[in-house]
Amino acid sequence: MTLLLALILVPLVGAVVVGLLRGTDRAAKLTALAFSLAELVIAAAAWGGYDPAGPRMQLTSSVEWIPAFGIELSFGVDGIALVMIAVIALLMPLVLGFSWGERLPRGRTHGGFFSLLLVEQALTVAVFAATDVFVFYVLFEIMLIPMYFLIGGYGGPRRRYAAVKFFLYSFLGGLIMLASALGAYAYAVEVTGQGTFDWATLTRVLGQAPTSVQVWIFLGFFLAFAIKAPLVPFHTWLPDATEQAPIGVVVIVVGVLDKVGTFGFLRYSLPLTPEASQLLAPLVLVLAVIGVLYGSLQAYGQTDLKRFLAYVSIAHFGFMALGIFAFSTQAMVGAASYMVNHSIATGMLVLVVGLIIARGGSTRIADYGGMSGVTPLLGGMLLVAGLSTLSLPGTNSFVSEFLVLIGSFPTRPVYTILATVGMILAAVYVLWLYQRVMQGPVSGDALVGAAKGPGATADPNTLSRPGGRHAVIGDLGPRELGVLAPLVVLVIGLGIYPEPMLDVITPSVEATMSEVGVTDPVAPQGGN
Amino acid sequence: MGPVQAGAVVLAQQPVEPPPIEYAAIAPVLLMLTAACVGVIVEAFLPRHQRWSVQVGLSLLTLVVAGVALGAYARGAGTGLTTLAGTIAVDTPTLFLWGTLLALGFASILLIADRSVEQGGAFVAESDASSGSSGLGASSGLSASSGPARGATADSSAPSPTMTRATAGVSGMRTEVFPLAMFSLSGMMVFCAANDLLTMFIALEVLSLPLYLLCGLAKRRRLLSQEAAVKYFLLGAFASAFFLYGLALLYGYSGSVKLAAISEATAGSDRSDTLLFAGIGLLVVGLLFKASVGPFHAWTPDVYHGAPTAVTGFMAACTKVAAFGAILRVLQVALEASSWEWHYVLWTVAVLSMLIGVVLGLTQTDIKRMIAYSSIAHAGFLLVGAIALTDRGLSGTLFYLLAYGFTTVAVFGVISLVRTSEGEATHLSGWAGLAKRSPLVAAVFTFLLLALAGIPMTSGFMGKFYVFSAAVTDGMVPLVVIALVASAAAAFFYLRVIVLMYFNEPAADGPTVSVPGAFTTAAITLGVVVTLLLGVLPTLAWNWANVGGFVS
Repeated sequence: MTLLLALILVPLVGAVVVGLLRGTDRAAKLTALAFSLAELVIAAAAWGGYDPAGPRMQLTSSVEWIPAFGIELSFGVDGIALVMIAVIALLMPLVLGFSWGERLPRGRTHGGFFSLLLVEQALTVAVFAATDVFVFYVLFEIMLIPMYFLIGGYGGPRRRYAAVKFFLYSFLGGLIMLASALGAYAYAVEVTGQGTFDWATLTRVLGQAPTSVQVWIFLGFFLAFAIKAPLVPFHTWLPDATEQAPIGVVVIVVGVLDKVGTFGFLRYSLPLTPEASQLLAPLVLVLAVIGVLYGSLQAYGQTDLKRFLAYVSIAHFGFMALGIFAFSTQAMVGAASYMVNHSIATGMLVLVVGLIIARGGSTRIADYGGMSGVTPLLGGMLLVAGLSTLSLPGTNSFVSEFLVLIGSFPTRPVYTILATVGMILAAVYVLWLYQRVMQGPVSGDALVGAAKGPGATADPNTLSRPGGRHAVIGDLGPRELGVLAPLVVLVIGLGIYPEPMLDVITPSVEATMSEVGVTDPVAPQGGN
Repeated sequence: MGPVQAGAVVLAQQPVEPPPIEYAAIAPVLLMLTAACVGVIVEAFLPRHQRWSVQVGLSLLTLVVAGVALGAYARGAGTGLTTLAGTIAVDTPTLFLWGTLLALGFASILLIADRSVEQGGAFVAESDASSGSSGLGASSGLSASSGPARGATADSSAPSPTMTRATAGVSGMRTEVFPLAMFSLSGMMVFCAANDLLTMFIALEVLSLPLYLLCGLAKRRRLLSQEAAVKYFLLGAFASAFFLYGLALLYGYSGSVKLAAISEATAGSDRSDTLLFAGIGLLVVGLLFKASVGPFHAWTPDVYHGAPTAVTGFMAACTKVAAFGAILRVLQVALEASSWEWHYVLWTVAVLSMLIGVVLGLTQTDIKRMIAYSSIAHAGFLLVGAIALTDRGLSGTLFYLLAYGFTTVAVFGVISLVRTSEGEATHLSGWAGLAKRSPLVAAVFTFLLLALAGIPMTSGFMGKFYVFSAAVTDGMVPLVVIALVASAAAAFFYLRVIVLMYFNEPAADGPTVSVPGAFTTAAITLGVVVTLLLGVLPTLAWNWANVGGFVS
């Protein structure tokens, strides 16, 4: 059994064990955490064993599933998939740690919650690892079910609406993708006389297909991925999902689940339909730039903290799509590393916002003010996460965003210049948020009124004193610090020394570029 | 009358050569028919208290034996043969359909036989029979949609509902349902094996008439049940008439009722196309009616709603299999050569069926009606496979039928468990918060709904995959895209039930889930296991469905 299969099976086994634990909630929580840490160790081992100079797909395994259609349960990773799997493995223990004391809706237990999270982890790892288009589709759809129950079962007041909307959007996209996959299969039957869903074979066969065929197949895959990694007209499910889902689930949605979309562009759209990808790149680029600008402006205008997170992500997904469809190695490396860095930076931002909400008990930005005076550590964390989100040099996101922009400029100058405006807007919305929540005098209903609500620990009398800010809300506890500390290390570490990650990603991106059949516009000698 | 007389003369002059009969091939049908006849005799001669156990044992045993006979024959069977003077074709699709029907029949009989969920069984009790029929006469003008239709018993001088329940436990249900179901199943088996239109018509009647009766036998909500029976009967009679008229016109066109002869006639002749077109149209309408394909679906919601739930499961699963078996055979054997004439008509019908099923399904508030509309949408998906006239289309449709049948039987099994003191709680609001009260039932039902929605790792998805991939390979990409969008829209109303069960608070006086008896448990388990198994390891059944085409 390869390490990759272990990466899929360990969380699955963990989910079953956690689900079956009928004892205390605490035992279930500890078991879930143990399994997620085991997963992290295996992921580290897989990373260690990965040879960047080796074959395109590594840790491969394959079992026959539906021979009549040439379908095999085959798995394998390239550098891009590997780093994404590592990110999931990293985020999951943090999410579990964060959700440790989360107040769940009545009648729900942490055991069920953590069990579903582990199932989701197994399925997302499998989605990144699949090397058979049919298997990828199957996992792409099943992945929705635990997420549907996570949002619908553990979310906020409008969780039913959000869960159904999330499911239907993704399900529809998936079905359209299925139509494209069937088309690809039918084309392979026509050309080679033998049907297959094997990714490598289909890449070879479809690469020679006439553009008209490629365009249709491209559009089906594109719709599925554009919904998943929300590009602008297809994004409306995300703000609802993030607004209603519990914070831990939001981290998984924007940190991991949405990346399946950008990953799909890189792994499926480009290699399967290279000509159509280049032909229709302007379409994607327009949507990407609209996403950057629209997402940024919406983020600026949000009055709700969780919807703010959604729009921040939408803006960043625009950058990733820009980098992918600019067709230069630099930009694509930037986009692929942005997938990781966005998970870390936005994941941290989501967690910090979750901590703020846990203290104030409200998701309205207007309910907060002057928090850094009360909770200086939390304020510092928001600043770190925020600065990484706005891609300050020295943070991890800067490396990726810079690579995307500098790589895209030679091929797509206009789009790049427009997207650069998004960087400025990012500074505006992040700092504006920081200012409203952390700076100034303590104000807002959530902070001042917190002690009046049920479950408040502070003495209400302290609030009536002018400037009575100290007793209301506590700063970060050790568990919360433990959750955020690894992310701070990564934000700064990968900002200063991104090589380990870029080394793993770059060969896979180069392979993708050669599958698409484009060469970098800027010659390495600098001849130009 | 000329030819007939001439034929009689010829017969009189020559020694009659009886056609050879392949008894081994048709043994399953003969067994089923024999058992049905024996069931009638049992009904006449055995004392009342013994009938139920004898009937159940007889039916289940016959189904198993017929299945064994089928398996034994299929092991050594070649590509297929025709027998009984070419009126019955026993080819690999026939064997697959027979196997499917026997297995689904087994599960349905289990559901029908259950006496623990509803005390004494879901069927009208012996003592009730006369009052039931008079209730129909007295209250036929009433609207059935007005509440739980207890008016039937109140109208007539029948015993009150409480008395009905009390007596039901003593006298048990009418055990005629078993021979009726067996006759119906035999008819279905002949229906999908019939190699000429006349045999097909007779089989159609044999399968339909017992179904009309079964629909009217519900113990509770008598009026609704009887209305369903009458509606089904009247509309079914119309459909039969359409079928017969189409048969006559096709006979006029080709001079034969044999499918092969019709095929030859259509392949190249300068005969009047009017007869052909009108004949195909009328014939196909009759078949589509039985398969409840929209826009010939009008009976489906009312009948599914009114019939006893076990019968609805039987009808939904088995009738669909038989009707599509016949549609496949007629299209592929008789009408393949003229496919360009009807292809786009059925293309449109498939789209209409999906639209009707999905759009009207979204508005339903009763779970049985919702599943009825879902079955109309599924009929549209099945038609997509049926009009892809390729081997893959044939085997894909066969697989879909098997998958859909088992899921549906289990769905109705679960529906029969959720009850109030008034009977089954079919209104959707009754299902709110079910997961809190009975997590297992909710989980099973969720799985089945996901299968109906076509989520991967369920048989429902594999069926869709096979059917749609055949259609894409056959060049019907736009139709497949429409079908996929319809699948996504249909997912909404399945999700709505899941939302109700999991994310809503249960009502204080909501329904409870009965502890299912051994029979219902077995039927539901069978359905769920097959749904899961065919979703994970579809090759098991696919290899069987994909071995060959029709012979004629």
